[in-house]
Amino acid sequence: MLTETEIQAIDHEVKLVPYKKAAVIEALKIVQKERGWISDESVEVIAAYLEMSPAEVDSVATFYNLIFRKPVGRHVILLCDSISCYVMGYQKLYEGIQQHLNIKFGQTTPDKLFTLLPNPCLGCCDHAPALMIDEDLYRDVKEEELEEILKKYRTKI
Amino acid sequence: MERPLTKHIDLNRPPLNLKEYEQVGGYEAVRKVLKGMTPVEVQKLVQDSNLKGRGGAGFNTGLKWSFVPMGPEALHPKYIIANADEMEPGTFKDRLLLEGNPHQLIEGMILSAYAIQADISYIFLRWAYKKAAILIRKSIAEAYEAGYLGQNILGSKWGLEMHLHTGVGRYMCGEETALLNALEGKRATPRAKPPFPQVSGLFGKPTIVNNVETFCCVPHIINNGADWFKGLSKSEDGGTKLYGVSGRVKKPGCWELPMGVTMRELIEVHAGGMQDGYEFKGALPGGASTDFLTTEHWDVKMDFKSVAAAGSRLGTGTMVVLDDATCPVGFVHNLQHFFAQESCGWCTPCREGLPWVEKILLNMEKGHGRMEDLELLDMHTKMLGPGNTFCALAPGAMEPLQSALKYFRDDFVRHIVEGKCPWHTATETPKRFAESLMV
Ligand SMILES: Cc1cc2nc3c(=O)[nH]c(=O)nc-3n(C[C@H](O)[C@H](O)[C@H](O)COP(=O)(O)O)c2cc1C
Ligand code: SF4
Repeated sequence: MLTETEIQAIDHEVKLVPYKKAAVIEALKIVQKERGWISDESVEVIAAYLEMSPAEVDSVATFYNLIFRKPVGRHVILLCDSISCYVMGYQKLYEGIQQHLNIKFGQTTPDKLFTLLPNPCLGCCDHAPALMIDEDLYRDVKEEELEEILKKYRTKI
Repeated sequence: MERPLTKHIDLNRPPLNLKEYEQVGGYEAVRKVLKGMTPVEVQKLVQDSNLKGRGGAGFNTGLKWSFVPMGPEALHPKYIIANADEMEPGTFKDRLLLEGNPHQLIEGMILSAYAIQADISYIFLRWAYKKAAILIRKSIAEAYEAGYLGQNILGSKWGLEMHLHTGVGRYMCGEETALLNALEGKRATPRAKPPFPQVSGLFGKPTIVNNVETFCCVPHIINNGADWFKGLSKSEDGGTKLYGVSGRVKKPGCWELPMGVTMRELIEVHAGGMQDGYEFKGALPGGASTDFLTTEHWDVKMDFKSVAAAGSRLGTGTMVVLDDATCPVGFVHNLQHFFAQESCGWCTPCREGLPWVEKILLNMEKGHGRMEDLELLDMHTKMLGPGNTFCALAPGAMEPLQSALKYFRDDFVRHIVEGKCPWHTATETPKRFAESLMV
């Protein structure tokens, strides 16, 4: 079931478009913001609310890489793996994160605190290598700084 | 040297708010146009300025607008959209304009909307630009409050709504017809053309999509005229350009310079030259989907025509430098990994071809390359080239590959003959890394 908050937010988006279905990406964003990820059940309730089939909603949900169709940790680390960061050595950061958290791309720590994902170009190539954790951008990151950076999120709710 | 687009940008302070922006002449162009210019006059002025689209293709902006049906018969609502998806690897110029002076973009969009008599506008912003999202939201609210947006703008009877849309990832959202699908809540696959978006775009209505930097040029053209804009440039294409350099240079960054500066000036002067101990081997002049230029092109002017004559594309104008300590095959593999991942899967050559190319290159990096692989790669550059795929993603992906095969062929051959990556012998890191990617 969609919550009252979710319904209100979705209704607001529906008003901006000519027909309900066109608000599906916004609806997925809204539900993901509330629940952290998009479960099969979420797909079904969104589909019912926007008068679409669940398969149709899922075809959209699975297309976009920042809609999560699997549970993620409380904090999502997005490490840029594109060309400028490749030249400037993001591989070292990847190794560093693997050492600190013992997870590879696509994995979540057992305590469900961190998920690590590769991400195409974060658009700050003059400050490569770069990564984002949740909404925070880190630029010119050095391997030695990882521990300090990650520490902030261990205590953050 | 004039820098109209970045003159009021200082990243060490918050961007100008509406009052401050007005104090430096902001929204004057909107007043000027609404008082005394017809929409078609605005189109004509921008066309005469020779402003070419800054999103990569370099099409004359005023000319593009002139294809939108005008007059009482035209379908409404018409839409105007700022493409702020900026996901081309190596590109970070629109971020500067979005974070540095959001009112400039909004003013440019209002003027462009007036030129085609649009009713609704969107800023399609990539997900990662969190700071820009906050600043744009605030600036749109200010513009509504001051009466530059909404109904009956400055008593002109013409009105414009503006919305910010933030994306949920995927490079394809930057392709203009795929962007329209994304805005309609669909998968971001491209549409067949014709009909062109100017005639049938968002929700089937006339639509213009322009790049952020393109819109930001418009207020200055209106205020100062077409000849002034042309005069800013060192070449045929009008205006200044936001150029960027990233990679192993001393001072990577983004600068507004006259259109047509040389690659030499960009790297040696603005980027401060190569870092000590590294040599320049080549560069992608305008993002991941442009052909390599090498030292022989050092004096090529960075404008649309000159870069094309040198066998590449100006693209986004943000250059990625390949140095001598970076493996060219690894470099190209990284690019193909990106393109294979971002292929939308709509057409077969791209969906099937790009992962194949990526695997061949990865195998070469791991020391398992065969001579026949070079022919396979050559073949793909043709099969995935212009005209064989549904959109420009795959041909764009082939540009750095075909030019790498041309300029750095010896390096590909060495991988095969030596049975290893010659760059990765000093440290085992990259090889282990390549293997970990296979998981
Ligand atoms: C795969 C792909 C991705 C693109 N990404 C962008 C982008 O992020 N930003 C952009 O302005 N143009 C992008 N473009 C170009 C747009 O399709 C379009 O040409 C451009 O937005 C038009 O604006 P302009 O005429 O002002 O250059 C992309 C094109 C392709 C094929
Ligand atoms: S070329 Fe690639 S990205 Fe473009 S439509 Fe075909 S599959 Fe999609």
